[in-house]
Amino acid sequence: MLRYVRMLGALALENIENLGRMGVYFSRMLRGIIRPPGKFWPVVKQIEFVGTKSFFVIGFTAISTGMVLGLQGHYTLSKFGSESVLGAAVALSLIRELGPVLTGLMVTGRAGSAMCAEIGIMRIDEQIDALECMAIDPYAYLITPKLVASLIAFPLLTAYCDVVGIFGGYLVGVGLFGLNPGVYMNSVQNSVLWEDVYMGIVKSLCFSVLMIWICTYKGYYTGLDEGNFGPEQVSRATTKAVVLASIAILLCDYFVTSVMT
Amino acid sequence: MERKGLELGVGFFLIVGFGCLAYLSFNLGNVSLWGAPYYDVYADFSTVGTLRMRAPVSMAGVEIGQVKDIKLVNDQAQVTLEIQKGVELSDDVIASIKTSGIIGEKYVSISPGASEEFIKPGGTIRDTQPPLDIESLIGQFVFGSMEKSQKQE
Repeated sequence: MLRYVRMLGALALENIENLGRMGVYFSRMLRGIIRPPGKFWPVVKQIEFVGTKSFFVIGFTAISTGMVLGLQGHYTLSKFGSESVLGAAVALSLIRELGPVLTGLMVTGRAGSAMCAEIGIMRIDEQIDALECMAIDPYAYLITPKLVASLIAFPLLTAYCDVVGIFGGYLVGVGLFGLNPGVYMNSVQNSVLWEDVYMGIVKSLCFSVLMIWICTYKGYYTGLDEGNFGPEQVSRATTKAVVLASIAILLCDYFVTSVMT
Repeated sequence: MERKGLELGVGFFLIVGFGCLAYLSFNLGNVSLWGAPYYDVYADFSTVGTLRMRAPVSMAGVEIGQVKDIKLVNDQAQVTLEIQKGVELSDDVIASIKTSGIIGEKYVSISPGASEEFIKPGGTIRDTQPPLDIESLIGQFVFGSMEKSQKQE
């Protein structure tokens, strides 16, 4: 009996310790912004990795989502005879909700997993220890550029996702259902307010911080809990990072939405 | 050479991203950087019905602004209208609240006047028409027809 109580206590302590470590990790990641080495080129390189190379996959996700929204929205709206607000339905659901979330999830799957694996391999190869030996701050050198780059890239990718998605809805609404193009664009323009766009930007910024924080944290502490630094630990850390980051994004989405509306 | 390709990719990404962001906020979100090209005009209505903020203001069917604010002043609804700077309203225009379609949204319609004098920014539209109250209209109709049938008996 006492053994179970002790196990519970150990579990709680371990979780609190992990939380504290994540907090310290976050503050060091932020401190990296003002510490050497210089970050311009690393940031540019990371923007290319997070942003430019995600262009195709985000565009594809966006256009298929927009087209599906067009189809489903038209099906529902035609029951009420109000197909003319299809543009508003597609644009609002994309800008307020789906754009940031889909971008966050896709980029987590594409770039977050890669970052976690990269840093995890550096950990098991003792490259991070080598950096520390050379008195280079591994946070400032490895992680902060990723944070800055995704803070820049996420809102832009989200905006791109929104625009492509609205275009996808346009394709279905106008091309397939023969809606008047002016009616579609007009209902988009009348329904979208600056608050909606702002909300999307805030969401994408939150998601970018969460994604970098969780994915690089899991990579940085690869194998530390097991006390065993092997390839298996890297794969485990990557899986955990992607799952945890996706869940965090979805939860955060709910909170941001409830706070901002 | 490798860096050149990287610069090109990042530049391209930034241009497209900021282009989309600008489109979303300026074109769809109606954000204006260089001060709003609007001026305010007030109109007092006895009731505004279900008129809401940001409802369109139109003249001859063309949208010329939107409802900025609705307040209660001296037991009347004071509506602040945001009118585009290029549009000048003569001081005998009539502002009326109408409904687009039967169950559509309420909007403010301004019928043109004939006066040579124009309303200055911050001025008031004197002639206003409250919205048609469909419920009381139906009530009147039902009540009226009942009275009629009672008389016939």
